Amino acid sequence: MSTALLDIAGLTKAYGAVIACDHVSLTIAPGEVHALIGPNGAGKTTLIAQIAGERLPDSGRIVLDGHDITRLPVHARARRGLGRSFQVASIFPRLSVLDNVALAVQAHAGHSFGFWRPARRDEALRGPARATLARVGLAARAEALAAALAHGEQRQLELAMALAGAPRLLLLDEPTAGMGPTDTARMIALLNELKGDVAILLVEHDMDAVFALADRISVMVYGRLIATGTPAAVRADPEVRRAYLGEDEVA
Amino acid sequence: MLIVEQVLNGLQLGVMLFLLAAGLTLVLGIMNLINLAHGSLYMIGAFVAASVAGWTGSFVLGLLAALPAAALVGMAIEVVALRRLYARDHLDQVLATFGLILFFNELVSIVWGPRALFLDTPRWLSGAVEILPGLPYPAYRLAVLAVGLAVAVFLAWLVRRTRLGMLIRAGATNREMVAALGVNIRLLYTLVFGLGAMLAGLAGVMAGPIYAVEVGMGEHILILTFVVIVIGGIGSIRGALAGALLVGLVDTLGRAFLPTLFGAAMGPAAASGVGASLASMAIYIVMAAVLALRPRGLFPVHG
Repeated sequence: MSTALLDIAGLTKAYGAVIACDHVSLTIAPGEVHALIGPNGAGKTTLIAQIAGERLPDSGRIVLDGHDITRLPVHARARRGLGRSFQVASIFPRLSVLDNVALAVQAHAGHSFGFWRPARRDEALRGPARATLARVGLAARAEALAAALAHGEQRQLELAMALAGAPRLLLLDEPTAGMGPTDTARMIALLNELKGDVAILLVEHDMDAVFALADRISVMVYGRLIATGTPAAVRADPEVRRAYLGEDEVA
Repeated sequence: MLIVEQVLNGLQLGVMLFLLAAGLTLVLGIMNLINLAHGSLYMIGAFVAASVAGWTGSFVLGLLAALPAAALVGMAIEVVALRRLYARDHLDQVLATFGLILFFNELVSIVWGPRALFLDTPRWLSGAVEILPGLPYPAYRLAVLAVGLAVAVFLAWLVRRTRLGMLIRAGATNREMVAALGVNIRLLYTLVFGLGAMLAGLAGVMAGPIYAVEVGMGEHILILTFVVIVIGGIGSIRGALAGALLVGLVDTLGRAFLPTLFGAAMGPAAASGVGASLASMAIYIVMAAVLALRPRGLFPVHG
């Protein structure tokens, strides 16, 4: 277990009588792409929110890279190497594409930056921001207003913002949500290029994306993980087939 | 001649309102918090300045003491009380911050006593400047105007051009995202609140030589300030400036000239009543007109 980048043990979160997260234990190795699948309302987003620090668990433990982060606030986890995207594209629409990423670079730099320094024309921020945009294939759109981007490009921008802090683990909540087939294929290709550099915990409904990307898959139903394993093993798992995938999808 | 003087008075009231409105509109626009106790920070600024200026004989020392005092009190109430209210609905915020008004009024009465204090105009600003031939105008009021406009320029630069401003604007759009990027958003909010409190304190200091420094001085001007930010568009610094100047001018000119105008039309006895009541209603009529045409204010902030 000492080699795991993320080590979650016995994580439990209840909302009244509803147990959204029921003793979930999960490990993610450095560089691993781990997909989290399950029907709507299974608690996937609650689990992501607890890892990111937006919700605190009732019990259980979250260890990132050997440090217990269970009670740390969101920004402190981000500084320890956690990057995140949201279910709904979260960008700053009134800023340019480049400024969005520069903001993310600045945010990760923490207290070492000068508040009073001009934000524009600041190469310490814009250099890394340009490099990150190039990484997600948005270099040509750097000067556009973020609001003017197409939906798929906004998700790419969001990915760039998450990458700007050089995270060790990316939490991606449905990165292909609302995308057409072309954009989905481009996003899968992008994530495939990141594979190995950064570990990814991926919540995704698109099974093509899941099976194309994931090293391992965990299946969540009613707040519990009912299976974790390689794509082939999860595909073959009878409980998974019964509970979630449905016979025709795996046929 | 009279009209030039009244226009200047109106602008001067306007920049004072702007100093108050800037902090209030940032807090309401970014943290979604209605802070009725903003006027208390204005009062604290005035009282601290009056005391320190009284001991030392220096208006500038009074000012230099009042700004950090207001900022610190503001940050203290943010950390102790207001931070717990961000997620609550506006009625809870109104009740809690109304409680803070009562608390601070009582506290100021205990510390300084019930009587009004006086803050003298600094000697080097006590004269008059002849702005037009035959029209002297108090130098202090001109200085208030200059300070207010300088603060407006500073704030515009801070919000539009600096890294802090970029974070503030981003935090207003999406708090969760900014936190996920690694920004300590609670600290950012406390800083923004402290900045707003300091500006309220500055307004209080500058009001000191013009109005009385007394318990409850923050309440009347707070109502005008809310009118300003609603007219200007909640969350917009530019709107706060435009709204403040508009309210300052309408209020001052209305009180100065409406009774006379009505007097010409309907005879002095009836007119002084109608004119005076219309003058005190004028800013609300303007607010209603602005909202009828632009429901989100003159400079609505985009999401």
